[in-house]
Amino acid sequence: MTTEDILHETYSALKSNKARTGLTMLGIVIGISSVIAMVAIGNGAKSSIQSSIESIGSNLVVVTPGAQRSFGGPSSGRGNAQTLTVEDGNAIANNVQNVLTTAYIVSSREQITATGTNTNTNVIGTNPNYSVARNIEVDDGTFISDSAVLSASKVAVIGPTARDDLFGVGTQAVGQSIRIKGIQFKIIGITKAKGGSGFSNPDDSIYIPYTTAQRYLSGNKYLNEIDVSATDASSTTQVQTDITNLLIERHKISDPTKADFSTLNQSDIIATASSVTNTFTVLLGAVAGISLVVGGIGIMNMMLTTVTERTREIGLRKAIGAKKRDINIQFLIESVILTFLGGVMGTILGWAISFTVQKLGILETSVTLSSVLLAFGVSAAIGIIFGYYPARRASRLNPIEALRYE
Amino acid sequence: MIEVKNITKTYSQGKDNEFQALKGVSFTVNDGEFVAIMGPSGSGKSTLMHILGCLDTPSSGTYLLDGKDVSKLSDDNLADIRRDNIGFVFQSFNLLPRTTVLRNVTFPLIYAEVNKVERNTRARQALISAGMDEAHFEHMSNQLSGGQIQRVAIARALVNNPTMILADEPTGNLDTKTGEIVLETFRKLNKELSRTIILITHEPDVALHADRTIVVRDGLIISDEKNIK
Repeated sequence: MTTEDILHETYSALKSNKARTGLTMLGIVIGISSVIAMVAIGNGAKSSIQSSIESIGSNLVVVTPGAQRSFGGPSSGRGNAQTLTVEDGNAIANNVQNVLTTAYIVSSREQITATGTNTNTNVIGTNPNYSVARNIEVDDGTFISDSAVLSASKVAVIGPTARDDLFGVGTQAVGQSIRIKGIQFKIIGITKAKGGSGFSNPDDSIYIPYTTAQRYLSGNKYLNEIDVSATDASSTTQVQTDITNLLIERHKISDPTKADFSTLNQSDIIATASSVTNTFTVLLGAVAGISLVVGGIGIMNMMLTTVTERTREIGLRKAIGAKKRDINIQFLIESVILTFLGGVMGTILGWAISFTVQKLGILETSVTLSSVLLAFGVSAAIGIIFGYYPARRASRLNPIEALRYE
Repeated sequence: MIEVKNITKTYSQGKDNEFQALKGVSFTVNDGEFVAIMGPSGSGKSTLMHILGCLDTPSSGTYLLDGKDVSKLSDDNLADIRRDNIGFVFQSFNLLPRTTVLRNVTFPLIYAEVNKVERNTRARQALISAGMDEAHFEHMSNQLSGGQIQRVAIARALVNNPTMILADEPTGNLDTKTGEIVLETFRKLNKELSRTIILITHEPDVALHADRTIVVRDGLIISDEKNIK
């Protein structure tokens, strides 16, 4: 039988029972489209989490007070421990190699009031290096200066979201005043919008000199956090190790596992987040894959029904000269065409779903060529795997019995 | 030419349960003959038909089709013989559904991979020889009457220019009048185109349409003589 004739037979067989063909194909369409959409959403989530981590700053090593977390034992409440000092920060800046900048942070959540409005947000006491370490750009006015830190000035740089909340959208706010804990601060700058992300939204934060924060808000000389920016990504690990060693020495800790501070490397965070999102993508893909297998079983079920229904036809074909191979190929091609068409439609549908998800602004998605190729490969493979048994059964029918079949 | 020599066929269902359907059958059919094989049900005539039609192989004995021993061929080689040397007409029509009359007739040629133009020409000729009206050629097979369906089946049996046409109870599902027409068609094909026709039936009236009748009973030939007209 020539290829053209096989395709002609397949077409007329699939056409003869449109409802069944359509429903069986739907199983594959749903399977393939969910694989494509889920992998696209997973990839999108991965890149969005990565870019939001990267937007925090570049090559950061974050030093926070409190014990290293250990499994099993109770946490000593790292955010509240008071172990990091400005002297520690200076020591890091002066002694550790490959450090670009060191930012000091004294942060707390405060109620902020302006004329007639109020909001509750992060107040971050810091030094000028913060803008470098955390990629903060100033849209209007200036960031906190060294002299403001030295003199513990009551000046504030506010994020655009906080500005919108306190003064109204897009208002000129530089020069106006706000009250933090009842103390009046003068606004000297507005930061550029970075896009809200994560738990502490930089657009909703208020920055003041750390000296001011220590004096008026926390009332002590400790820091909540030191952000160290390494010169490049490859030296973050070295910087992290050096900081740890330096602080262990400075804090006179004999057992490194009982350090009263912890360090976190941004590339570690990215790696962790990537492995989390990868697991997530694999999980989504696996769930979608299960629906693909179910679709494949649907194909097999339909093909077995078809073979039974067409037993006499198979007997006749054999009687007029069809070989085993002819029958086998005919039924195999039928299931492959079925899954292949399902694969094409599923790819289009899956792409449409991820496109819609992106258009609705839920998540950036990316349909990769590899996931499309995988979907096609898998659907063709399903056609062959789940069509093989029914086709073999058809080809092995005894023509005499098949012709007698009622 | 068909030469059957001392053919037996034994079916075994388990060790001690053997059934001998054919117990040594021999006969010869020359080209251009119109032969009826007659016998009641259970006589072994269906088994004989399957062996003659190369759907099955004998347990012993030889079957020469045009001088070639086909009694010990593999399934695929038997399929080739069926495709090239045998035309089947079955009791219950057995046309392919959802397929046009013309395409139904071309099927043996499709499996033989004959090109499209030639197979359509041959199918048309066969349909006309079997007495089909050209108006029905593009109709679907399920739109035809019983008599028409059987003519399409005859055309399909003719199209590969076979050594013989093997008709298994071709009138069994037809009323007497349509049956007569179908038998007339066989008669005509035999006379005008010198086709070899083997007609399997259990009805003496039908067997009388042939030139010679072989009567089978209990797996043996009990008579083989010319019909007196």
